[in-house]
Amino acid sequence: MTESLIFITNQLSKYIIPFLLVGIPFYGLIIKKVKVYESFVEGAKDGFDIALRIIPYLVAILVAVGMFRASGAMELFISLISPVLNIIGFPAENVPLAMMRPLSGSGSLGLFTDLVNEYGTDSIYTKIGATMFGSTETTFYVLAVYFGSVGIRKSRHALIAGLIADTVGVIAAVYICKLIFIA
Amino acid sequence: MLNYIWFGLIFISVVVGTITGRIDLVTEAAISMSKTAVEIAIGLIGIMALWLGIMKIAEESGLIKIIAKIIKPITIRLFPDVPVDHPAMGSIVLNMAANMLGLGNAATPLGLKAMKELQELNEQKDTATDAMCTFLAINTSSVQIILPATVVGLMGASSSEIFITTIFATSMSTIAAIFSVKFLSKMDRFKIRQEDK
Repeated sequence: MTESLIFITNQLSKYIIPFLLVGIPFYGLIIKKVKVYESFVEGAKDGFDIALRIIPYLVAILVAVGMFRASGAMELFISLISPVLNIIGFPAENVPLAMMRPLSGSGSLGLFTDLVNEYGTDSIYTKIGATMFGSTETTFYVLAVYFGSVGIRKSRHALIAGLIADTVGVIAAVYICKLIFIA
Repeated sequence: MLNYIWFGLIFISVVVGTITGRIDLVTEAAISMSKTAVEIAIGLIGIMALWLGIMKIAEESGLIKIIAKIIKPITIRLFPDVPVDHPAMGSIVLNMAANMLGLGNAATPLGLKAMKELQELNEQKDTATDAMCTFLAINTSSVQIILPATVVGLMGASSSEIFITTIFATSMSTIAAIFSVKFLSKMDRFKIRQEDK
Protein backbone atom coordinates (compact mmCIF):
# COMPACT_ATOMS: atom_id res chain seq x y z
CA MET A 1 0.00 0.00 0.00
CA THR A 2 2.75 2.46 0.92
CA GLU A 3 4.40 1.69 -2.40
CA SER A 4 1.44 2.93 -4.39
CA LEU A 5 1.05 5.86 -2.01
CA ILE A 6 4.62 6.93 -2.77
CA PHE A 7 3.99 6.50 -6.47
CA ILE A 8 0.89 8.68 -6.30
CA THR A 9 2.50 11.41 -4.19
CA ASN A 10 5.53 11.50 -6.49
CA GLN A 11 3.31 11.77 -9.54
CA LEU A 12 1.27 14.50 -7.87
CA SER A 13 4.34 16.44 -6.82
CA LYS A 14 5.37 16.64 -10.49
CA TYR A 15 2.26 18.68 -11.20
CA ILE A 16 2.30 20.97 -8.18
CA ILE A 17 4.71 23.55 -9.59
CA PRO A 18 3.11 23.76 -13.06
CA PHE A 19 -0.27 23.97 -11.34
CA LEU A 20 0.86 26.92 -9.20
CA LEU A 21 2.51 28.62 -12.18
CA VAL A 22 -0.72 28.50 -14.15
CA GLY A 23 -3.28 28.57 -11.34
CA ILE A 24 -2.17 31.74 -9.56
CA PRO A 25 -2.00 33.93 -12.70
CA PHE A 26 -5.30 32.38 -13.83
CA TYR A 27 -7.02 33.37 -10.60
CA GLY A 28 -5.41 36.82 -10.78
CA LEU A 29 -6.15 37.67 -14.39
CA ILE A 30 -9.41 35.89 -15.16
CA ILE A 31 -11.20 36.15 -11.83
CA LYS A 32 -9.72 39.22 -10.15
CA LYS A 33 -8.61 41.20 -13.22
CA VAL A 34 -5.12 41.79 -11.82
CA LYS A 35 -2.45 42.98 -14.30
CA VAL A 36 -0.52 39.76 -13.89
CA TYR A 37 2.50 40.55 -16.03
CA GLU A 38 3.11 43.85 -14.29
CA SER A 39 2.60 42.30 -10.85
CA PHE A 40 4.99 39.49 -11.67
CA VAL A 41 7.78 41.85 -12.72
CA GLU A 42 7.16 44.04 -9.71
CA GLY A 43 7.50 41.08 -7.33
CA ALA A 44 10.41 39.49 -9.19
CA LYS A 45 12.52 42.64 -8.70
CA ASP A 46 13.08 41.70 -5.06
CA GLY A 47 14.80 38.45 -6.01
CA PHE A 48 18.07 40.17 -6.78
CA ASP A 49 18.17 42.24 -3.59
CA ILE A 50 17.40 39.30 -1.34
CA ALA A 51 20.03 37.09 -2.96
CA LEU A 52 22.67 39.79 -2.53
CA ARG A 53 21.66 40.49 1.05
CA ILE A 54 22.24 36.91 2.22
CA ILE A 55 25.83 36.75 0.90
CA PRO A 56 27.63 37.95 4.06
CA TYR A 57 25.62 35.56 6.25
CA LEU A 58 26.21 32.62 3.93
CA VAL A 59 29.94 33.36 3.75
CA ALA A 60 30.16 33.48 7.56
CA ILE A 61 28.36 30.17 8.09
CA LEU A 62 29.71 28.17 5.15
CA VAL A 63 33.33 29.19 5.81
CA ALA A 64 33.14 28.16 9.47
CA VAL A 65 31.47 24.85 8.65
CA GLY A 66 33.86 24.19 5.75
CA MET A 67 36.91 24.79 7.94
CA PHE A 68 35.50 22.52 10.63
CA ARG A 69 34.97 19.69 8.17
CA ALA A 70 38.36 20.11 6.49
CA SER A 71 40.32 20.16 9.76
CA GLY A 72 39.29 16.66 10.78
CA ALA A 73 37.56 18.05 13.88
CA MET A 74 34.33 16.42 12.72
CA GLU A 75 35.87 12.90 12.77
CA LEU A 76 37.48 13.61 16.11
CA PHE A 77 34.20 14.78 17.58
CA ILE A 78 32.38 11.74 16.17
CA SER A 79 34.91 9.30 17.61
CA LEU A 80 34.55 10.97 21.01
CA ILE A 81 30.79 11.01 21.04
CA SER A 82 30.12 7.59 19.45
CA PRO A 83 30.76 5.46 22.58
CA VAL A 84 28.43 7.69 24.59
CA LEU A 85 25.69 7.45 21.98
CA ASN A 86 26.15 3.69 21.77
CA ILE A 87 25.04 3.38 25.36
CA ILE A 88 21.60 4.72 24.46
CA GLY A 89 21.42 2.35 21.48
CA PHE A 90 22.45 4.83 18.82
CA PRO A 91 24.39 2.91 16.12
CA ALA A 92 27.92 4.21 15.51
CA GLU A 93 27.32 3.86 11.75
CA ASN A 94 24.72 6.64 11.89
CA VAL A 95 26.61 9.10 14.10
CA PRO A 96 28.46 10.92 11.27
CA LEU A 97 25.25 11.61 9.35
CA ALA A 98 23.43 12.77 12.49
CA MET A 99 26.23 15.21 13.29
CA MET A 100 26.67 16.44 9.73
CA ARG A 101 22.99 16.98 8.94
CA PRO A 102 22.50 20.39 10.63
CA LEU A 103 25.83 21.67 9.31
CA SER A 104 25.96 20.82 5.64
CA GLY A 105 23.48 19.64 3.02
CA SER A 106 26.07 18.41 0.52
CA GLY A 107 28.14 16.84 3.31
CA SER A 108 25.20 14.90 4.72
CA LEU A 109 24.08 13.76 1.27
CA GLY A 110 27.61 12.45 0.71
CA LEU A 111 27.52 10.55 4.00
CA PHE A 112 24.12 9.10 3.19
CA THR A 113 25.40 7.96 -0.23
CA ASP A 114 28.29 6.26 1.60
CA LEU A 115 25.79 4.37 3.77
CA VAL A 116 23.90 3.15 0.69
CA ASN A 117 27.12 2.04 -1.01
CA GLU A 118 28.55 0.40 2.09
CA TYR A 119 25.52 -1.41 3.51
CA GLY A 120 22.97 -1.51 0.66
CA THR A 121 19.43 -0.21 0.68
CA ASP A 122 18.08 -3.09 2.79
CA SER A 123 20.31 -2.43 5.76
CA ILE A 124 18.93 -0.97 8.98
CA TYR A 125 21.72 1.65 8.97
CA THR A 126 20.69 2.89 5.54
CA LYS A 127 17.05 3.00 6.55
CA ILE A 128 17.88 4.94 9.70
CA GLY A 129 20.04 7.27 7.61
CA ALA A 130 17.29 7.85 5.05
CA THR A 131 14.78 8.55 7.82
CA MET A 132 17.18 11.02 9.44
CA PHE A 133 17.75 12.70 6.12
CA GLY A 134 14.05 13.19 5.57
CA SER A 135 13.21 14.36 9.06
CA THR A 136 15.89 16.99 9.71
CA GLU A 137 17.23 20.06 7.95
CA THR A 138 20.49 21.94 7.39
CA THR A 139 19.71 24.19 10.34
CA PHE A 140 22.77 26.44 10.07
CA TYR A 141 22.17 27.14 6.40
CA VAL A 142 18.48 27.86 6.88
CA LEU A 143 19.31 30.19 9.78
CA ALA A 144 21.91 32.08 7.73
CA VAL A 145 19.68 32.47 4.70
CA TYR A 146 16.38 33.24 6.42
CA PHE A 147 17.69 35.64 9.03
CA GLY A 148 20.31 37.04 6.70
CA SER A 149 17.73 38.03 4.11
CA VAL A 150 16.25 40.62 6.48
CA GLY A 151 19.44 41.57 8.28
CA ILE A 152 18.72 39.80 11.57
CA ARG A 153 21.98 39.37 13.45
CA LYS A 154 20.67 38.47 16.89
CA SER A 155 19.05 35.10 16.41
CA ARG A 156 18.02 34.60 20.06
CA HIS A 157 16.73 31.06 20.72
CA ALA A 158 16.15 30.06 17.08
CA LEU A 159 19.37 28.07 16.72
CA ILE A 160 18.95 26.12 19.95
CA ALA A 161 15.34 25.29 19.15
CA GLY A 162 16.37 24.16 15.66
CA LEU A 163 19.13 21.96 17.05
CA ILE A 164 16.79 20.46 19.66
CA ALA A 165 14.38 19.63 16.82
CA ASP A 166 17.22 18.03 14.85
CA THR A 167 18.29 15.97 17.85
CA VAL A 168 14.76 14.74 18.49
CA GLY A 169 14.33 13.93 14.78
CA VAL A 170 17.55 11.94 14.69
CA ILE A 171 16.78 9.98 17.86
CA ALA A 172 13.20 9.35 16.71
CA ALA A 173 14.60 8.05 13.40
CA VAL A 174 16.78 5.51 15.20
CA TYR A 175 14.06 4.24 17.51
CA ILE A 176 11.24 4.02 14.98
CA CYS A 177 13.47 2.16 12.52
CA LYS A 178 14.64 -0.27 15.20
CA LEU A 179 11.04 -0.81 16.23
CA ILE A 180 9.76 -1.45 12.71
CA PHE A 181 12.67 -3.12 10.95
CA ILE A 182 14.12 -5.27 13.73
CA ALA A 183 11.31 -7.62 14.60
CA MET B 1 24.90 32.11 21.14
CA LEU B 2 25.69 32.10 17.43
CA ASN B 3 28.76 34.21 18.23
CA TYR B 4 30.25 31.46 20.37
CA ILE B 5 29.31 28.63 18.02
CA TRP B 6 30.71 30.47 15.04
CA PHE B 7 33.94 31.36 16.77
CA GLY B 8 34.11 27.86 18.28
CA LEU B 9 33.90 26.19 14.87
CA ILE B 10 36.73 28.35 13.50
CA PHE B 11 38.87 28.07 16.62
CA ILE B 12 38.55 24.28 16.85
CA SER B 13 39.22 23.97 13.11
CA VAL B 14 42.50 25.86 13.34
CA VAL B 15 43.65 24.01 16.48
CA VAL B 16 42.68 20.54 15.21
CA GLY B 17 43.96 21.35 11.71
CA THR B 18 47.34 22.27 13.17
CA ILE B 19 47.54 19.08 15.22
CA THR B 20 46.42 16.78 12.40
CA GLY B 21 48.64 18.55 9.89
CA ARG B 22 45.66 19.49 7.75
CA ILE B 23 46.02 23.23 8.18
CA ASP B 24 46.48 23.63 4.40
CA LEU B 25 43.11 22.02 3.85
CA VAL B 26 41.54 24.30 6.45
CA THR B 27 42.83 27.38 4.65
CA GLU B 28 41.72 26.00 1.32
CA ALA B 29 38.25 25.25 2.71
CA ALA B 30 37.86 28.77 4.06
CA ILE B 31 38.70 30.30 0.69
CA SER B 32 36.71 27.88 -1.45
CA MET B 33 33.64 28.01 0.81
CA SER B 34 33.52 31.80 0.65
CA LYS B 35 33.35 31.39 -3.11
CA THR B 36 30.68 28.71 -2.82
CA ALA B 37 28.57 30.99 -0.62
CA VAL B 38 28.49 33.65 -3.33
CA GLU B 39 27.71 31.05 -5.99
CA ILE B 40 24.77 29.75 -3.96
CA ALA B 41 23.43 33.27 -3.47
CA ILE B 42 23.80 34.17 -7.16
CA GLY B 43 22.18 30.86 -8.11
CA LEU B 44 19.18 31.82 -6.00
CA ILE B 45 18.47 35.03 -7.92
CA GLY B 46 16.53 33.47 -10.78
CA ILE B 47 14.41 31.11 -8.72
CA MET B 48 13.77 33.85 -6.16
CA ALA B 49 12.62 36.21 -8.89
CA LEU B 50 10.29 33.57 -10.34
CA TRP B 51 8.52 32.73 -7.07
CA LEU B 52 8.44 36.27 -5.76
CA GLY B 53 6.83 37.31 -9.04
CA ILE B 54 4.18 34.61 -8.80
CA MET B 55 3.63 35.46 -5.15
CA LYS B 56 3.05 39.11 -6.01
CA ILE B 57 0.22 38.03 -8.30
CA ALA B 58 -1.18 35.83 -5.53
CA GLU B 59 -0.97 38.78 -3.16
CA GLU B 60 -2.60 41.35 -5.41
CA SER B 61 -5.42 39.02 -6.33
CA GLY B 62 -6.18 38.46 -2.65
CA LEU B 63 -5.27 34.76 -2.78
CA ILE B 64 -2.80 35.04 0.08
CA LYS B 65 -5.40 36.55 2.38
CA ILE B 66 -7.84 33.74 1.58
CA ILE B 67 -5.24 31.10 2.40
CA ALA B 68 -4.26 32.91 5.60
CA LYS B 69 -7.89 32.92 6.71
CA ILE B 70 -8.38 29.21 6.08
CA ILE B 71 -5.56 28.10 8.36
CA LYS B 72 -6.17 30.80 10.95
CA PRO B 73 -6.96 28.30 13.76
CA ILE B 74 -3.43 26.87 13.60
CA THR B 75 -1.39 29.98 12.91
CA ILE B 76 -3.11 31.99 15.62
CA ARG B 77 -1.63 29.58 18.19
CA LEU B 78 1.79 29.29 16.60
CA PHE B 79 2.23 33.00 15.90
CA PRO B 80 0.15 34.86 18.49
CA ASP B 81 2.00 38.15 17.92
CA VAL B 82 1.25 38.33 14.18
CA PRO B 83 -2.11 39.86 13.17
CA VAL B 84 -4.37 37.17 11.72
CA ASP B 85 -4.88 38.87 8.36
CA HIS B 86 -1.25 39.94 7.94
CA PRO B 87 0.27 38.86 4.59
CA ALA B 88 3.10 37.12 6.49
CA MET B 89 0.62 34.43 7.54
CA GLY B 90 -0.12 33.57 3.91
CA SER B 91 3.57 33.32 3.03
CA ILE B 92 4.28 31.22 6.10
CA VAL B 93 1.56 28.76 5.17
CA LEU B 94 2.68 28.52 1.54
CA ASN B 95 6.27 27.98 2.69
CA MET B 96 5.18 25.14 5.00
CA ALA B 97 3.07 23.62 2.23
CA ALA B 98 6.04 23.73 -0.14
CA ASN B 99 8.23 22.11 2.50
CA MET B 100 5.70 19.37 3.16
CA LEU B 101 5.54 18.57 -0.53
CA GLY B 102 9.32 18.47 -0.79
CA LEU B 103 9.46 21.52 -3.07
CA GLY B 104 12.69 22.95 -1.69
CA ASN B 105 13.10 25.31 -4.63
CA ALA B 106 9.80 26.99 -3.97
CA ALA B 107 10.05 26.81 -0.18
CA THR B 108 13.08 29.08 0.17
CA PRO B 109 11.71 32.09 -1.78
CA LEU B 110 8.36 31.75 0.03
CA GLY B 111 10.15 31.53 3.37
CA LEU B 112 12.23 34.61 2.64
CA LYS B 113 9.10 36.50 1.65
CA ALA B 114 7.56 35.49 4.97
CA MET B 115 10.68 36.73 6.78
CA LYS B 116 10.45 40.08 5.00
CA GLU B 117 6.84 40.47 6.07
CA LEU B 118 7.60 39.41 9.64
CA GLN B 119 10.38 42.00 9.67
CA GLU B 120 7.79 44.72 9.00
CA LEU B 121 6.26 43.89 12.38
CA ASN B 122 9.65 43.93 14.10
CA GLU B 123 10.55 46.88 16.27
CA GLN B 124 14.22 45.98 16.67
CA LYS B 125 15.39 45.32 13.16
CA ASP B 126 18.55 43.38 14.03
CA THR B 127 16.89 41.05 16.54
CA ALA B 128 14.67 38.08 15.75
CA THR B 129 11.08 38.24 17.01
CA ASP B 130 9.30 35.31 18.67
CA ALA B 131 7.38 34.70 15.46
CA MET B 132 10.60 34.58 13.43
CA CYS B 133 12.18 32.09 15.81
CA THR B 134 9.07 29.89 15.73
CA PHE B 135 8.98 30.04 11.95
CA LEU B 136 12.65 29.18 11.66
CA ALA B 137 12.47 26.31 14.14
CA ILE B 138 9.52 24.74 12.33
CA ASN B 139 11.36 25.17 9.06
CA THR B 140 14.54 23.51 10.27
CA SER B 141 12.58 20.61 11.69
CA SER B 142 11.61 19.78 8.12
CA VAL B 143 7.88 19.11 7.97
CA GLN B 144 7.95 16.66 5.13
CA ILE B 145 5.30 14.34 3.73
CA ILE B 146 6.97 13.55 0.44
CA LEU B 147 10.43 12.01 0.74
CA PRO B 148 13.31 14.10 -0.63
CA ALA B 149 13.94 13.22 -4.28
CA THR B 150 17.62 12.53 -3.53
CA VAL B 151 16.69 9.90 -0.94
CA VAL B 152 14.15 8.23 -3.23
CA GLY B 153 16.77 8.19 -5.99
CA LEU B 154 19.33 6.46 -3.80
CA MET B 155 16.97 4.10 -1.98
CA GLY B 156 15.05 2.88 -5.02
CA ALA B 157 12.40 0.32 -4.14
CA SER B 158 13.28 0.46 -0.43
CA SER B 159 12.02 4.03 -0.21
CA SER B 160 8.48 2.78 0.41
CA GLU B 161 9.67 1.24 3.67
CA ILE B 162 11.02 4.47 5.07
CA PHE B 163 7.90 6.43 4.19
CA ILE B 164 6.21 5.77 7.53
CA THR B 165 9.38 6.07 9.61
CA THR B 166 10.18 9.45 8.05
CA ILE B 167 6.71 10.80 8.74
CA PHE B 168 7.00 9.65 12.34
CA ALA B 169 10.47 11.14 12.88
CA THR B 170 9.65 14.40 11.15
CA SER B 171 6.47 14.82 13.21
CA MET B 172 8.45 14.27 16.39
CA SER B 173 11.06 16.84 15.38
CA THR B 174 8.39 19.38 14.45
CA ILE B 175 6.60 18.90 17.77
CA ALA B 176 9.95 19.26 19.55
CA ALA B 177 10.65 22.44 17.57
CA ILE B 178 7.35 24.02 18.54
CA PHE B 179 7.60 23.12 22.21
CA SER B 180 11.24 24.13 22.60
CA VAL B 181 10.80 27.43 20.78
CA LYS B 182 7.81 28.32 22.96
CA PHE B 183 9.60 27.29 26.11
CA LEU B 184 12.92 28.99 25.28
CA SER B 185 11.25 32.27 24.33
CA LYS B 186 10.20 32.68 27.95
CA MET B 187 13.71 32.22 29.32
CA ASP B 188 15.45 35.36 30.54
CA ARG B 189 18.60 34.97 28.50
CA PHE B 190 16.63 34.85 25.26
CA LYS B 191 14.36 37.80 26.03
CA ILE B 192 14.58 40.76 23.66
CA ARG B 193 16.71 43.40 25.30
CA GLN B 194 15.70 46.98 24.72
CA GLU B 195 18.68 48.89 23.42
CA ASP B 196 19.46 52.60 23.44
CA LYS B 197 18.48 54.08 20.15
